[in-house]
Amino acid sequence: MEFNQNKPIYLQIADGISEKILSGELKEGDRILSVRELGGELGVNPNTAMRSYEKLTNDGIIFNQRGIGYFVCEGARAIALDKMRTDFLENELPQILRKMRLLELKAEDYLK
Amino acid sequence: MIKIKKLGFSYGDNVVLKDISMELQEGRIYGLLGENGVGKTTLLTLLAGLKDVCEGSIEVDGQSPSDRKPSFLSNIYYLPDEVPAPRRKAIDYANDHGQYWSKFSIGKFSEIMRVFDTDENQRMDHMSYGQLKKAFISFALACNTKYIFMDEPTNGLDIPSKGQFRKAVSKYTSEESTLLISTHQARDLEAIIDPIIILDRRDVLLNASLDEIARKLYFDYTSDADPSALYSEMIPGGSIQVLINKESVESKVNIEALFNAVLLHKSMIKDMFNK
Repeated sequence: MEFNQNKPIYLQIADGISEKILSGELKEGDRILSVRELGGELGVNPNTAMRSYEKLTNDGIIFNQRGIGYFVCEGARAIALDKMRTDFLENELPQILRKMRLLELKAEDYLK
Repeated sequence: MIKIKKLGFSYGDNVVLKDISMELQEGRIYGLLGENGVGKTTLLTLLAGLKDVCEGSIEVDGQSPSDRKPSFLSNIYYLPDEVPAPRRKAIDYANDHGQYWSKFSIGKFSEIMRVFDTDENQRMDHMSYGQLKKAFISFALACNTKYIFMDEPTNGLDIPSKGQFRKAVSKYTSEESTLLISTHQARDLEAIIDPIIILDRRDVLLNASLDEIARKLYFDYTSDADPSALYSEMIPGGSIQVLINKESVESKVNIEALFNAVLLHKSMIKDMFNK
């Protein structure tokens, strides 16, 4: 996984899982990788993978069934959609709009 | 847990380490960074009990490494930077030497060798240096020891192998194992090491988790230069700056920039992190 520059890795991993839920690749009730499996797959510290899971757990997107593993919550998709939209509108869109102004591009030309 | 207190080591009049104190918690993958010649290798060999401390003390789970008790030795593995090339097949070497570590698993050795795309039936003296290094890394992880000390393990590995190394370290260690990995190529181990230790000849400049580092320092990747930056460097497409994290915004820790910032502001960083 290539990580971009400015966001902490654990948040980028959490975003990646949320995106899989939005795209339908992960469904509510699905079991997700263990912390070690995820760390091994991405080549990141297991502690970092753990922090991603803690963040998603606090957001109500995944839950931990002790001794069994992590699962996608019922209603996770709606929560993930809401969180990702807020993040996009607050952090990404202003940058895109700034760049469009710089390049003298009009948004309405691209909304079809 | 590892407790190092006021550790000193010299070769004759040549002082290598002086007044080094730190603690290493269990279940972590520590990165040991420092400029060339600050004593990273010496520290690792002292931890492995291959040399006697001159001053101060080291305790690994209450034992002194230099006593070299069997219960200590079977719980650690030290992987030196330069590895030997035995005149035998890797699998035979692993089977014989694995006996010294009670939790050694030959199945795990074979599995990691496959992950590394290295043939366990090849003679080790016929391997390239990178393959040989991968055989020893596989062996180190297959010993299942509580403590693993690795000196510059990514030296000699090609780019795909460095990625495989990070994955293997994350996947094939357990919550009980503690790793201390030295490197002068911080980029090789980015994302896998946490906490970060930065060693100076006479000091531990930093021993902190990424979480703590990201709370105290802010890594800025924009192109607007900030005069209050502790460190800044031009990179393609802008610059990277290390600032004091006044607004408590979390950013991605860039280990190279961190390293340079720490070396430029040794006492300030020490004060900031010792609070």
